[in-house]
Amino acid sequence: MFRLIPTDRLLIAILRIFAVNTVLVLLLILAFLLLESWPVLMQLSLTRFVTDTSWHPLEGAYNLMPMLAGTLLASMGALLLAVPLGMSSALFIVFYAPSHLATLYKRLIELLAGIPSVVFGFWGLTTLVPLINQWHPPGASLLAAILVLTLMVLPLITLTAYTALAAVPDELIHNAAALGLSRWGMISGVALPAAGSGITAGIILAAARALGETMAVLMVAGNVVQYPETVFDPIRTLAANIALEMAYAMGDHRAVLFVSGLLLLLLVMVLSSIAGFLEKQRHA
Amino acid sequence: MRDNQQLHTVHRIRDRLAQCLIYSAVFLVGAVFIWILADLARGGIMHLSWEFITESPRDAGRAGGIASILISTLLILCVALIAAVPLAWSTAILLVECMPAASSFGKTVRFSLHVLAGVPSIVFGLFGNAFFSIYLGLGFSILSGGLTLACMLLPILTSTAEAGLRAVPDTYRLSASALGMTRTATLIHLILPAAAPALAAGLLLGIGRALAETAALLFTSGYVERMPGSLLDSGRALALHIFDLSMNVPGGDMPAYASALVLVTLLLCINILAMKLAYGLQRWRIMT
Repeated sequence: MFRLIPTDRLLIAILRIFAVNTVLVLLLILAFLLLESWPVLMQLSLTRFVTDTSWHPLEGAYNLMPMLAGTLLASMGALLLAVPLGMSSALFIVFYAPSHLATLYKRLIELLAGIPSVVFGFWGLTTLVPLINQWHPPGASLLAAILVLTLMVLPLITLTAYTALAAVPDELIHNAAALGLSRWGMISGVALPAAGSGITAGIILAAARALGETMAVLMVAGNVVQYPETVFDPIRTLAANIALEMAYAMGDHRAVLFVSGLLLLLLVMVLSSIAGFLEKQRHA
Repeated sequence: MRDNQQLHTVHRIRDRLAQCLIYSAVFLVGAVFIWILADLARGGIMHLSWEFITESPRDAGRAGGIASILISTLLILCVALIAAVPLAWSTAILLVECMPAASSFGKTVRFSLHVLAGVPSIVFGLFGNAFFSIYLGLGFSILSGGLTLACMLLPILTSTAEAGLRAVPDTYRLSASALGMTRTATLIHLILPAAAPALAAGLLLGIGRALAETAALLFTSGYVERMPGSLLDSGRALALHIFDLSMNVPGGDMPAYASALVLVTLLLCINILAMKLAYGLQRWRIMT
């Protein structure tokens, strides 16, 4: 161990102060969300968010369920599409592609991970929505939201699955080859089970990302508060609702928006703790 | 014998099928992404000109350029980095250099950063509005937008810096200790220079994340598109400009395309540079 002299002690003290601030940021966020939503949480019973007739905040009807349903449907739809595509991409990079093509494709995916959500939303609005409109009006719909979200979470799923697959020990792969397993037999019987928890953690993180995504969904989903009957119906998600109404919300309405932010935060926190737990198991 | 052969054929067909599916999925993904980029390039390049970069927007952004918006974006970014970098890097240094990896303080910090990394950007926007804009009285300003972004950047800056510092070989620390260097001197003269490329790569990733952000700035840095006079003025970020042009301004599609092209080009350059730094680092490490 190093012997600590005064400069070192000073350095560590300063570093500690900064690090404590980093922890405080999370507490501050939780505290302020709770503080802002406290008046409504105290005044209204929680059942109001489920049993009110609809979402008419100016008339004091605060049913969050249609928007929660919209959020969940859009996220699940996006995962349904993005998981097979993302897994295929990861398998392609690790087991199928020749090495230069694999590097190229991986770089492409990494670059796509950096494209801002507003650009995906803009592309969806100008290209995807008119296309869907030709097929089945009105175009701005659950389907458009699902497709845009798919594009946004696909790089995340691919890159986490890639990391998990690349971490499978070479011996396992070599043993499978020595036993004469076919390529798919090796992938489905050895590689995927070995990388399972890492891949699952990545999918859960992708779900969290999809639930919280705001701008892209706001731009293509049509933003009508309703339970969608088909994928062509417009929906509004919780995050989009905050972005739409925060500008003019006052009093209770504003507090309810903070409640929905808190709800979103809790959903995402649960998902990311599950992902963290899975990651920890993988390393244990 | 016959059975064995049959099984073999079944496996061969299954292999082929899996391969076909995977190749078609990859082809689909590649094609869609090239479609997006081509669309943006085709739509944007017609409207893009030197004047577009150097003029301020007129007529709600339909005419003119994006100069004032680029300046606001840059100011927001600077505020965010000045606030976040010292916090994030000192946290990373503390975690790696001054704490055992399994200490409870380290675990708490890591857990809170892990949670923070998952918080949706709109929730950061709500928090920024309640805390910086209203509670601290900064209003809709570049300062409150930048500080909100700083909170968002903490996890990515800390985790990249932590990984970079951990990658510095322990022999460096042992040698420095054997030479009787203090920790501070070791850190400043040895560890930080050795980890510099990783820190730079993390910084670039953070910049990319900040430039891409819209939802957190919606209610913190505001919508005003004129040239900001001070940090307490409201300023519109580039990503927010694209959003506003496409959603709220009829006939704003062409400038929106051009702005999106500028933003995507910027981000591609930044990310490629970050990748180059990170990959170059790996190669260097393998060689030595």
